Amino acid sequence: MSASVKIKTLTIDDRHVGARENQTILEVARENGIEIPSLCYIDGLSAHGGCRLCLVEVTGIPQLLPACMTVVEERMEVSTQSERLRKLRKNILELYFSERNHVCSVCVSNGNCELQDMAGETGMDHVHFPYLYPDLGVDITHERFAMDDNRCIMCTRCVRVCDEIEGAHTLDIKDRGIETRIITDLDQNWGDSETCTLCGKCVHVCPTGALFEKGKSVGEMSKRRQFLPYLALMREEKR
Amino acid sequence: MTPEEFKKIGDAHRKKRKDFPNNINVCTAAGCVSLHSEKVKEALEGEVKKQEKHKTCRVSGTGCLGPCASGPLVSINDGQALYAGVTTDDVPEIVNNIDKNPVKRLVVPPDTPFFAHQKRVALEHCGKTDPESLNDYLAMDGYQALYDTLTTMSPLEVIEVMVNSGLRGRGGGGYPAGLKWSTVEKAVGEKKYVVCNADEGDPGAFMDRSMLESDPHSVLEGMAVAAYAVGASQGYVYIRGEYPLAIKRLRNAIRQAEKSNLLGKHICETPFSFDVDIRLGAGAFVCGEETALIASIEGHRGIPRPRPPYPAEYGLWGCPTLINNVETFANVTPIIRNGADFFAGIGTEKSKGTKVFALAGSIKNTGLIEVPMGISLREIVYDIGGGIIEGRKFKAVQTGGPSGGCIPEEYLDMPVDYESLAKAGSIMGSGGMIVMDETSCMVDVAKYFMDFCRTESCGKCVPCRVGTAQMHNILTNISRGQASMHELQLLEELCDVLKHTSLCGLGQTAANPVLSTIRFFRDEYIAHITHKTCPAGVCTIEPEKETVS
Amino acid sequence: MVVQEQKTGEKPKKDNRRKLVDATMRRHGHSSYALIETLHTVQEAYGYLDEENLKYVARALRVPLSKVYGVATFYHFFTLKPQGEHTTVICTGTACYIKGVPAIFKAIREHFDVEPGETTRDGQLSVLTARCIGSCGLAPAMVFDGEIAGLLKPGDVVERIGGLIGNHGEAIKR
Repeated sequence: MSASVKIKTLTIDDRHVGARENQTILEVARENGIEIPSLCYIDGLSAHGGCRLCLVEVTGIPQLLPACMTVVEERMEVSTQSERLRKLRKNILELYFSERNHVCSVCVSNGNCELQDMAGETGMDHVHFPYLYPDLGVDITHERFAMDDNRCIMCTRCVRVCDEIEGAHTLDIKDRGIETRIITDLDQNWGDSETCTLCGKCVHVCPTGALFEKGKSVGEMSKRRQFLPYLALMREEKR
Repeated sequence: MTPEEFKKIGDAHRKKRKDFPNNINVCTAAGCVSLHSEKVKEALEGEVKKQEKHKTCRVSGTGCLGPCASGPLVSINDGQALYAGVTTDDVPEIVNNIDKNPVKRLVVPPDTPFFAHQKRVALEHCGKTDPESLNDYLAMDGYQALYDTLTTMSPLEVIEVMVNSGLRGRGGGGYPAGLKWSTVEKAVGEKKYVVCNADEGDPGAFMDRSMLESDPHSVLEGMAVAAYAVGASQGYVYIRGEYPLAIKRLRNAIRQAEKSNLLGKHICETPFSFDVDIRLGAGAFVCGEETALIASIEGHRGIPRPRPPYPAEYGLWGCPTLINNVETFANVTPIIRNGADFFAGIGTEKSKGTKVFALAGSIKNTGLIEVPMGISLREIVYDIGGGIIEGRKFKAVQTGGPSGGCIPEEYLDMPVDYESLAKAGSIMGSGGMIVMDETSCMVDVAKYFMDFCRTESCGKCVPCRVGTAQMHNILTNISRGQASMHELQLLEELCDVLKHTSLCGLGQTAANPVLSTIRFFRDEYIAHITHKTCPAGVCTIEPEKETVS
Repeated sequence: MVVQEQKTGEKPKKDNRRKLVDATMRRHGHSSYALIETLHTVQEAYGYLDEENLKYVARALRVPLSKVYGVATFYHFFTLKPQGEHTTVICTGTACYIKGVPAIFKAIREHFDVEPGETTRDGQLSVLTARCIGSCGLAPAMVFDGEIAGLLKPGDVVERIGGLIGNHGEAIKR
């Protein structure tokens, strides 16, 4: 750390914490052991701001702000666990569960799923919105991996890791709104992709059972992510 | 160009206009064009020659004359008479009477309330000049404000005038324009940009389109003044691909201005340089949102990102960027020319100046209007608009498009300004104003807007992506008579989630049409749910719900 | 390079379309930022965005394939399917909606056996929708082969389309 780095002091849930300028609320909270839920954020990739679970209240600002993309300010008062936030987070999670098929009992990631964990942590015990459950396909054309759109929550971690870390940009998103899907190249079978390097990073950053290694059965797919902050740091150093 | 050259061109053109004691202006904005005004113009040109009046009578095309539904519109001798519904059959008589009494059966009475209640600032040249002629614009003192700004004012002085004018962004949010300009001016960046948002997205709005088709130079001049004030050297107009005529005229205007050194390097022989390029939108409503618009200009999917940082500090390619919409820029030149007090003297305490509205729906006089802020909705609907068609009963005015609401009869005497409209559960929006009568069903209208938001949602954040789909399903069930009161409650709950947790304005305001119709027309929802009827007779009731597996 | 190649020999007319695409990319210095502008030119020249051109543009602008596809499908102005001989665009803006677009949909469906967003089986007619074409003062409004018409009734629409495709408003037998 060079001497010119400025330190900001703020409170998160009434705890006084110090932060380097340009740090986000989420980074500072995690450094201090304060857990803010999130599904799209992952250490080592650019922030996305789409899952809306890390929304926090900041005194003096009427809107809720995403902790993953809000930079700390001097004397900021952040609240991460109000009753209102708890209720909204539960509602957002319910919307996730209502969007596509997330029946855990038949999922390869049962027991190793961030969406499942999140439901437990926020106390979401049932979904009171109607299930949309579109019938989406599973792409099993790749020799090692498979993609199950039914389990995808559009967090775009796979798209970001493929672009930012692997540099292949095989994955992206097509269409928009409720029709958005993850695609490979020109929306072709993953197995036919000429740009995929078979690195498997996308599989390991995926929070749910949407991306998995072939040959795994229910509950067998666990993910390793410790490589990501390391690789991100190495990429940074090279630049 | 030097001031002498300005004057010379202007004078020459003014003299040319004087040499023709008679003139005929034919509206060539898209509304009248679709009613074949160009054929009328051709016929008029032919007839003028035939009657050997071509030495005294000039026929030219002009921008929007206002009451679009009565087109094709023709203006005689600079507004001496306005003819509506002109066909080629009327042409010989019009030319014959050009220096006599107007043709009575075609005349729109000059004292008609449609014009009497209007005040033109942003639309000052609309219908008076040929949108394809730079000389016409110069003859109206065009680019004089830019020249004066560059030669006599400092950037901070320009911003001071804008601040004092009280102009607020006309794109919908109503953020003070002067403050925005000042932020961009203060922001540090190697390069700065000025962007004109002409991605008029609200269904039912055509203000930007009409302004660009009628008077493209005034928008370019406003952008150049803004660029000088904030220190930008590059500008973009982000315009909908669906507006071919507006694009054509804008391209033409940019080329003309470049040729005459009114855009480009060292404008008017001053050190100031400013280029303007066009970027075509491609049919995504969300690109009206500033950060999505920036993504789109950069060639990406039009996905918004959380603000802050605001584009004023971190915009196009990370540089400070000023984004205003078409009408905001169109107001700049009149403000510079006439002074801040002139503009601030119009309107109300908090909403200064005038507002352009696109008046449409079940109303007699549809068209483009500009009114002082603070006018009542009743004056707009009944005086300017001439009331409801076919003797039907008024039901609601929809303002603000998919982000706005439906305002019922009891609010008709409310003044039109940013705060009052918000209090009535709607927003000013960009200026679409659609009048609905008793034959419109408010549940159906809410469903229409939710369908719009659902298909226009970018899909980035889950409340908007899934929430709009859920709400559309519920509204569809209600409209079919297949819903219970429990679903109405769910709908209201979803409104709350979207409003507070969506990433951008599209999601945050998507609930407004639903909330406002539930607030003012709850009885119509109840009629569909408990009585299984649609009072307006619009929805098809299918009370037998298919069993859901 | 590409341009020189084309100058040397007689090329069929369709290669002019590729020249238009090249010209747009050149005007923007082959920057990746020019993706949307280039796709506009492709669609103008070819009528739709075909796979070959998507690949060509991706390579020339050095934009990943998946990103090109993502952009092409995000914007509804772009179409990845070839269009019919004639096209009509139905405005579905608010003013048009409350003044009778649902009835126009119904008439088109009944007379020409085609759904909005689709092309007739004989490839004669594509029926498209636009969220608003800005002719609200003349609602309901439509575009017939590039020409805007307003204040339409379902009967007028059937007649206009019939005139375009040479089927004078007679219902197609299903």
